[in-house]
Amino acid sequence: MEFDDLIRHIRAALPEAVAEEHPEAFSPWIRVERGQLPELARLLRDDPSLDFAQLMCLSGVHVPAAGDAPETLWSVIHLFSPRHHHKLGLKVVLDAADPVCPSVAELWPTADWHERESYDLLGIRYLGHPDLRRILCPDDWEGHPLRKDYQAPATYNGMPLD
Amino acid sequence: MDTRELILQGSRLPQRGGDLMTLNMGPQHPSTHGVLRLELTTDGEEVAAIRPHIGYLHRCFEKHCEVLTPPQIIPYTDRMDYLAAMNNNLGFAVACERMLGLQVPEKVEHLRVVVAELNRIASHLVAIGTCGLDLGALTPYFFCFRDREMILDFFEEICGARLLYNYIWVGGLSHDFPEGMDDKILRFCDYFEARIDNELNPLLSFNKIFIKRNADIGVVPAEQAWAFGLSGPSLRGSGVDFDLRRDDPYSIYDRFQWKVCLGQGLMGTVGDCWDRYWVKVLEMKESLFIIRQALAARPKDGDVREAVPSRVKLPVGEIYCRTETPRGELGYYIVSSGGNTPDRVKVRAPAFSNLCVIDTASRGMLLGDVVAILGSLDIVLGEIDR
Amino acid sequence: MNLPIERHEGGNIILTSAEWLVNEAIARSLWPMTFGLACCAIEMMAAGAGRFDLARFGSEVFRPTPRQADCMIVAGTVTMKMASRVKLLYEQMPEPKFVISMGSCANCGGPYWQHGYHVLKGVDRIIPVDVYIPGCPPRPEALLEGMELLRDIIRGKKPRQGAEARSA
Repeated sequence: MEFDDLIRHIRAALPEAVAEEHPEAFSPWIRVERGQLPELARLLRDDPSLDFAQLMCLSGVHVPAAGDAPETLWSVIHLFSPRHHHKLGLKVVLDAADPVCPSVAELWPTADWHERESYDLLGIRYLGHPDLRRILCPDDWEGHPLRKDYQAPATYNGMPLD
Repeated sequence: MDTRELILQGSRLPQRGGDLMTLNMGPQHPSTHGVLRLELTTDGEEVAAIRPHIGYLHRCFEKHCEVLTPPQIIPYTDRMDYLAAMNNNLGFAVACERMLGLQVPEKVEHLRVVVAELNRIASHLVAIGTCGLDLGALTPYFFCFRDREMILDFFEEICGARLLYNYIWVGGLSHDFPEGMDDKILRFCDYFEARIDNELNPLLSFNKIFIKRNADIGVVPAEQAWAFGLSGPSLRGSGVDFDLRRDDPYSIYDRFQWKVCLGQGLMGTVGDCWDRYWVKVLEMKESLFIIRQALAARPKDGDVREAVPSRVKLPVGEIYCRTETPRGELGYYIVSSGGNTPDRVKVRAPAFSNLCVIDTASRGMLLGDVVAILGSLDIVLGEIDR
Repeated sequence: MNLPIERHEGGNIILTSAEWLVNEAIARSLWPMTFGLACCAIEMMAAGAGRFDLARFGSEVFRPTPRQADCMIVAGTVTMKMASRVKLLYEQMPEPKFVISMGSCANCGGPYWQHGYHVLKGVDRIIPVDVYIPGCPPRPEALLEGMELLRDIIRGKKPRQGAEARSA
């Protein structure tokens, strides 16, 4: 299905799901409100004509405040349908003061570790995740390293870091 | 996961009953293929659950990407999946070229295919050699490394490095093939094809002990494979007919005659360790066919650097671009706001997703089978931890 | 070759010092511990394989357990998460023990020295190192040369680098 058909199909089933659409992007994506994500994700996976069986990648992005735009954190999901060979990007834009996003780990088990990494490195908390804890940094690490304002500590457990 | 949780979840508990204990495997262990820690819950013989712990090689690649220009990032991509450095370079270069709308010359496309496939063979040789090594077969490991050294000699002659190349640049390549390189590679292809049939297969692939250790072990059914994000030989070992080189093209593979290799349960069940291993052996052969065709078809004239821009400045936008490495789907999600350096580069490493399946694949298996399953999944911690 | 041995007159007896004999024995049978962390581990594996063959220098086997290993070749980047394990493994090795730091990352943090928030900038910050092998990754021949340097140190021809740290 082409991107426009995908959006039409989604809007027919869930009128409120697509907040913004970006067909012109290098990898076409839609912006989704976080409250809409669980229902939309289930539709995308289970509807036979959409059939997004593979979650290719789930990423977190930190966008610092710039001019009028507030500081935000994005949780970006890229989906692929092996049967229909179409792709879709979903972006959930979260306020940096409240970076909570629903988890899709129940629908796509591969998202489990991707969401843990997003939490570890960017601090986005995923509601409903079975085991949200750090994955790459040690459990007692402080801070979220991929944030733009992250300051690495001088030592860790007595070992110098510089 | 404690015992109570396991029971509540209805997991298949080991048959012997008795108490469960937690055993630690790694991060320093000869068979974990790097610094991986596996927390095994077992009754001493059978595994009830595995909880992998990673991050022991987290080298902050994504943080580095935010302060480096795209040409400076290429050497760092080498170091993620260090066994298939050419393929890592290629993935990033293709992602940048798509954003820039850059078309590389025909000669560059062909040479990229040749080095990527040579690297695929080299990587599979390590995977196959260590697969056997973990199970106690020392000889195939030496034979695999002997053949791999020949490929590394080619790379050294082409670009100066044995393991980490910085060869595939955005828009081109760093060096052209030297005089006589084509003949050497073609001679290697003939030599190696004979080696697979006459040496590797009788010694390892169809060895009774190897089959017994791998067949019907760690079965991943096809339906689970997509959900768990498997890709590459691990996905195709479960019988799923999907290969990015054919199904989501990023290069000129459609011009060549080659087959996508699938696991068919020849020795046991479809999706067992032997199938994943056998797919790698078949893929090495297919890579030889591709290399021969690419070398025959490649233009001899032209400068490999002619399309390399003097300055790589990515436009505003974001892209998710994926390529097929020896381990599976390597994806780069690049976000740029038009500056000299990208705002965010997220790497979707194939082994990161492949490793997730070790828990479900190992339930009910013996402790020794965990080693076989890990070997067949072919993980590289450099790309898992980045 | 100047050997500190002398032949005793009138019989098949040679006289030498126990220290020399012991040092030769150690130098000619260094068993490394399998401690490959990252890319350098692959070159270490290649050094142990057929073409470069570490075994002909006495490193016949790589021992996975520190209890049976003579020297620890730290091959790859040491991260903060791994650092405590490196120290623990070093302490578990029995004397005499030696450490080779292989590759740029183990020497000084390597390419990750500037922005690596999780990378230990050199394994010599936690354990004493005897030989540093530069390279990213070092060629297997460089590892062979590093081990030869280590043998010189064992034989007393070169001073021990980490001696001060070890006696502290």
